[in-house]
Amino acid sequence: MNNNLIKLYKSLYLTRFVEETISKNYSKGQMRCPVHLSIGQEACATGLIENLKKTDKLFSNHRCHAHYLAKGGNLRKMLSEIYGKNNGCVGGVGGSMHLQDQSVGMVSSIPIVSSAMGMATGNALYQKRNNLNEITVIYCGDASLEEGIFFECANFASLHSLPIIFACENNLFSVYTNIKERQIDSNFKKYASAFKIPYKKIDGNRVDEVYKSTKKIINLVRKKRKPYFVQMDTYRYKEHCGPSDDDHLKYRNSNEVKFWQSKDPISYAKKLMKKNNINEKKIKKIEAKIEIFVNKQFKHAEIDKLPNYKEASKHIYV
Amino acid sequence: MFKRNISFTEAIREAVFQSIKKDKKLFLMGEGVDDPSSMWGTIKGVKKKFGKSKTIEMPVSENGMIGVAIGSAINGSKVLVNLQRVEFALYAFEQIINNAAKTSYISRGKHSVPIVIRMVIGRGWGQGPEHGQSLENIFSAIPGLKVVIPAFPEEAKSMLIASIFDPNPVIFLEHRWSHFTRGKVDKKFKIKKLKSFNKITSGSKLTLIANSVNVLECLRVSKLLKKYNIDIDLFNLCMPNPLDLTEIIRSVKKTKHVITIDLSHIRLGMGSEIISTILENRINLKSPPIRLGLPFHPVPSSRGLVKNFYPTGQDILYSIQKSLKIPKVKFSQILKEYNLKSEKLPIDVPDPYFKGPF
Repeated sequence: MNNNLIKLYKSLYLTRFVEETISKNYSKGQMRCPVHLSIGQEACATGLIENLKKTDKLFSNHRCHAHYLAKGGNLRKMLSEIYGKNNGCVGGVGGSMHLQDQSVGMVSSIPIVSSAMGMATGNALYQKRNNLNEITVIYCGDASLEEGIFFECANFASLHSLPIIFACENNLFSVYTNIKERQIDSNFKKYASAFKIPYKKIDGNRVDEVYKSTKKIINLVRKKRKPYFVQMDTYRYKEHCGPSDDDHLKYRNSNEVKFWQSKDPISYAKKLMKKNNINEKKIKKIEAKIEIFVNKQFKHAEIDKLPNYKEASKHIYV
Repeated sequence: MFKRNISFTEAIREAVFQSIKKDKKLFLMGEGVDDPSSMWGTIKGVKKKFGKSKTIEMPVSENGMIGVAIGSAINGSKVLVNLQRVEFALYAFEQIINNAAKTSYISRGKHSVPIVIRMVIGRGWGQGPEHGQSLENIFSAIPGLKVVIPAFPEEAKSMLIASIFDPNPVIFLEHRWSHFTRGKVDKKFKIKKLKSFNKITSGSKLTLIANSVNVLECLRVSKLLKKYNIDIDLFNLCMPNPLDLTEIIRSVKKTKHVITIDLSHIRLGMGSEIISTILENRINLKSPPIRLGLPFHPVPSSRGLVKNFYPTGQDILYSIQKSLKIPKVKFSQILKEYNLKSEKLPIDVPDPYFKGPF
């Protein structure tokens, strides 16, 4: 367990530190694209993705940093992409919302709500038709369940018994709008059971629970070649889009913010480690190593060159 | 080369059957992909001949299913999606424009999307506002998509094969009236290169550009005018996207007269794009360019209301007269002969001339 915990913590802390650094440096005006930070939601990504194989395929959305990093996506290429530089994971054409790294199975991030749902389902269809021992995971948010394409794909995935996990991070908000104003309740079981897809709700801020529950689910999906729906309730700390807090806008209750901060996934994981006799000194050592690594990658991204404008008209057609 | 006289429908079917035989990675998706109609017979018997793994029945979920096709295609599958009407694709504009068209671009060529989306354009028998659009100009406004519109059976077969084996997403528009045409089609399987224009008749007096069923009407007009020593450079705009106008520029430099016919509305149509480029090339036209096509209102259902809606052979002839200033006596002779040969038919059914053989 200790080794697993350390692995999970490393992934959590890496994601948190990367995004805190983006948040801190954003005002310098060098990261000139929208950023949707996952701060507060890291455990949903880390806990599940740690159980995946490199060959399993992942699809994500506009808030894709945590998924990309948890899947082992190259950090330097991610940062270079956000800085709009030529070493970016897609050469600067995508920016922060289009992270992908084919070498680790991070297939695609698509920023339009639920847009990756169809491609992910198609990927699972391909895996099934070709008898691959892989599975597909699509990370989506609560609002993506309001789009028609989700229902179209859930129906198809169930009908054709496809190896796909609908991993839904419910952070309660679509931009500024609470889920209460958008859906009849926040229990997503109704959507899954409408298509006879098995469902599980997990505390998305507790990395050990996400890890343990999804380990079983992933094994099941891999073995039975059937879809599964996972609901992970969580909370984003920062504004929907951008590096800052936006609680002064008062669209969410301050007690609610405090409640979720008391459930912070990093602090929770730290407590778990301490319970398992991993001392503060060791934790600090892990963190320091990650910080040195991350800072170095930021430096690289900062000095990377801007891409040549001639690249902009390439790859429109194959 | 062994050519037989077959219909457009049979040509499509032959292309599908031969392509499945050639490439194991190809499969079909569609709403009613194996139903008694099977897209008006164009894909009839695929399941029986090749097994159920080659046909996937689509739930009536166009956006999701075109997403599914894209997701399979980035792994190497080839997917032929069959939609009964262009209008159903509007549900899937999100996937077509956001993902099909941009996946290669965003992935820097690591992913390709070899899918073909067949769509049928309706006309006649009261199809009306939402069963009679072609929208080729809208699809052609999106970089990353290819848009293919065959007019003749031979083109239907060769261009469908070329589209299936093209690594890019292809919007394949078939006019319902084209399905009835017959013509000589090569029996062999050949992958030809897709190009923007096919030259239908050669001439020096005027450049005429049309596509789909309008080309058939233009061909009739061109053949008639030839008898009166008016030879027309007639082009079928069979791939409006990507658009290569080299051949057209060369033709207009020679003829100095140009007429375009849009399958869709004239406004913001392919004719506008073509004529703009001609003018940018500083070609001194001897007469103002003329754009024909649909007026800027939806397609009405009643045969009373479509009276002046679709461009006719007479419209084309009058436009040519306006451009070339054909002497009155000669033109009235031409018109007389045209009217004699084109029967007085109801406006809402295909002209028997459109059946060919071509």
